[in-house]
Amino acid sequence: MPVDMRARLGHVELPNPVVAAAGCAGAGRELAQFLDVARLGAITTKSIMTEPRTGNPAPRLTQTPSGLLNAVGLQGPGIDAFLQRDLPWLLSRGARVVVSIAGGTVRDYAELATRQSDAAGVCAIEVNLSCPNAEDAGRVFALDPVAAGHVVAAVRGNARYDIPVFAKLSPDVTDIVPVASACVSAGADGLCLINTMLGMAIDPATMRPVLAGMYGGLSGPAIRPVAVRCVWQVHEAFPAVPLIGVGGVQTGRDALEFLLAGASMVGVGTEIVHDPSACSRVLRELEEELAAMGIDRLADIVGQAHAPRRIAR
Amino acid sequence: MQVRGTVLTVRRVDAYHALTFVAPAIATRFRPGQFVSVAVGGPSSAMLGRRAFAVHDVRPDHGGTVEFIFEAVGPGTSWLSGLRARDVLDAVGPLGRPFPVPRDPSSCLLLGVGYGGSPLFALAARLRERGCTADFLLGAASADRVYGALTARRIGRSLTITTSDGSLGARGSVTVMLEQVIREARTEVIYACAPVPVLREVCALAARYEIPVQACVDVPMACGTGVCMGCVLPVRGTDGITRIVRACVDGPVFRGDLVRWDDIGTIPFDALGAPGWNPRGSPPRTDTETRHAG
Repeated sequence: MPVDMRARLGHVELPNPVVAAAGCAGAGRELAQFLDVARLGAITTKSIMTEPRTGNPAPRLTQTPSGLLNAVGLQGPGIDAFLQRDLPWLLSRGARVVVSIAGGTVRDYAELATRQSDAAGVCAIEVNLSCPNAEDAGRVFALDPVAAGHVVAAVRGNARYDIPVFAKLSPDVTDIVPVASACVSAGADGLCLINTMLGMAIDPATMRPVLAGMYGGLSGPAIRPVAVRCVWQVHEAFPAVPLIGVGGVQTGRDALEFLLAGASMVGVGTEIVHDPSACSRVLRELEEELAAMGIDRLADIVGQAHAPRRIAR
Repeated sequence: MQVRGTVLTVRRVDAYHALTFVAPAIATRFRPGQFVSVAVGGPSSAMLGRRAFAVHDVRPDHGGTVEFIFEAVGPGTSWLSGLRARDVLDAVGPLGRPFPVPRDPSSCLLLGVGYGGSPLFALAARLRERGCTADFLLGAASADRVYGALTARRIGRSLTITTSDGSLGARGSVTVMLEQVIREARTEVIYACAPVPVLREVCALAARYEIPVQACVDVPMACGTGVCMGCVLPVRGTDGITRIVRACVDGPVFRGDLVRWDDIGTIPFDALGAPGWNPRGSPPRTDTETRHAG
């Protein structure tokens, strides 16, 4: 019997729990030649901002052991071009679209939430909180529970009532639970854990930082244990809040790890850079893994690692 | 197309390596100038970035084989050079914008530096089908690093070689001989595969002679498919607006006069979406906002 892979993004039901993570699937079009975008649980877009943005100069990307360090700087076409060109294309292919939004002020986020809600077909909004807050000397929203809460409240208040709002949190905090708590209290329907970790690489040959942006976000299998820990901690604190686990998923087994830690959906990110057909492969492997374990409903294993250890008979 | 191709041969070619693998899906779709991106390090590799290589040539044997040239310099390329026949290679291709070829018979100059010039030979064959002539100008640091001199002599109308140390041909960079070759061959189109500083000089010189250049840029790529946004450079559109574009999907072949060679590695202030860029004619942002906009 096939495994029941259905997953829930808030109140929206998806055919399976594998989503392409923000920033790793482009506008979706780049992946279409390698997989059927409609087969995925959902596609998260690259973070959309109010205006077009060039991002950082090159070099933007460098390889580190089992990871990638990037400082792309949110290059993007802006909300107008996204709604005119990218979103209709994704919807025409039958993809379920999670729109990631990013801004420099609470007002930016509110405007983006309003614009998304006017467009038909958006499945959920993911709030990228790892952006410098222009009104607080460039401090990143995700590092401050109060600022994060303000953004989430503004997005929830301006988004249409039936579009779930997910807050994407940064692991670069002393304790992730208070930030998660602030977002949930502000009205987030769920959380996405985790964004990249801040890292740096220096080239001994030039004696200078490798990236033009100096620091970059570290992603890939190198940060998977951190992501699993964050999912575990937040699920322990808020067992009823749906979580999207993201961080270095390469195989179906890695996805299973996130589900057991408490995520109800799993994002595939950096692995798409390494293998463009990664999302459909992870989905297939996860299904095989569950079938081999004799599990017939995916939802049954979410958070299973938190259950008290069964006594062996 | 993503394929798991079987490696046929990995052989040394002077200072470089040539890897041939079976991939009919790539070979049949290939047009000169396009590239493949390969995963390195095996299935549980810690090297997540893919490596992009210009396709040297494709052949119809075994249903279709693809060959690319590389230099073993880092851990990824060293792993590639250690592959043996019957090993499996995860390859994606053909990727990128190929070389456009002239509609009418023209006198074409094919300029390559080091193994970067490897895509020019498939292009020369394509040009010959169109009735075009190909003059080769190949450069490198030393004689053993000049790639494809024998082939160029065989298929080209003329061949000029320059080396930095003077061990073969004229001493100096390819740009030393460029003007002379252009004049002697009455060049109408230039196809150039070289490092960015050389391409900049070539394009500047070609502009003086009003010769169009199709430049194949050599910038590091991590995916080759357009998702990572790593391989960007500022390029002017035909509408006059500069955009930060990806070499992997909008290139690697660009019209030489549209690339802003002097601004590579920067964000020009007039690029679409640059910090301070103001599309709606709205009043400038407040001080605190612009300060952190970058």
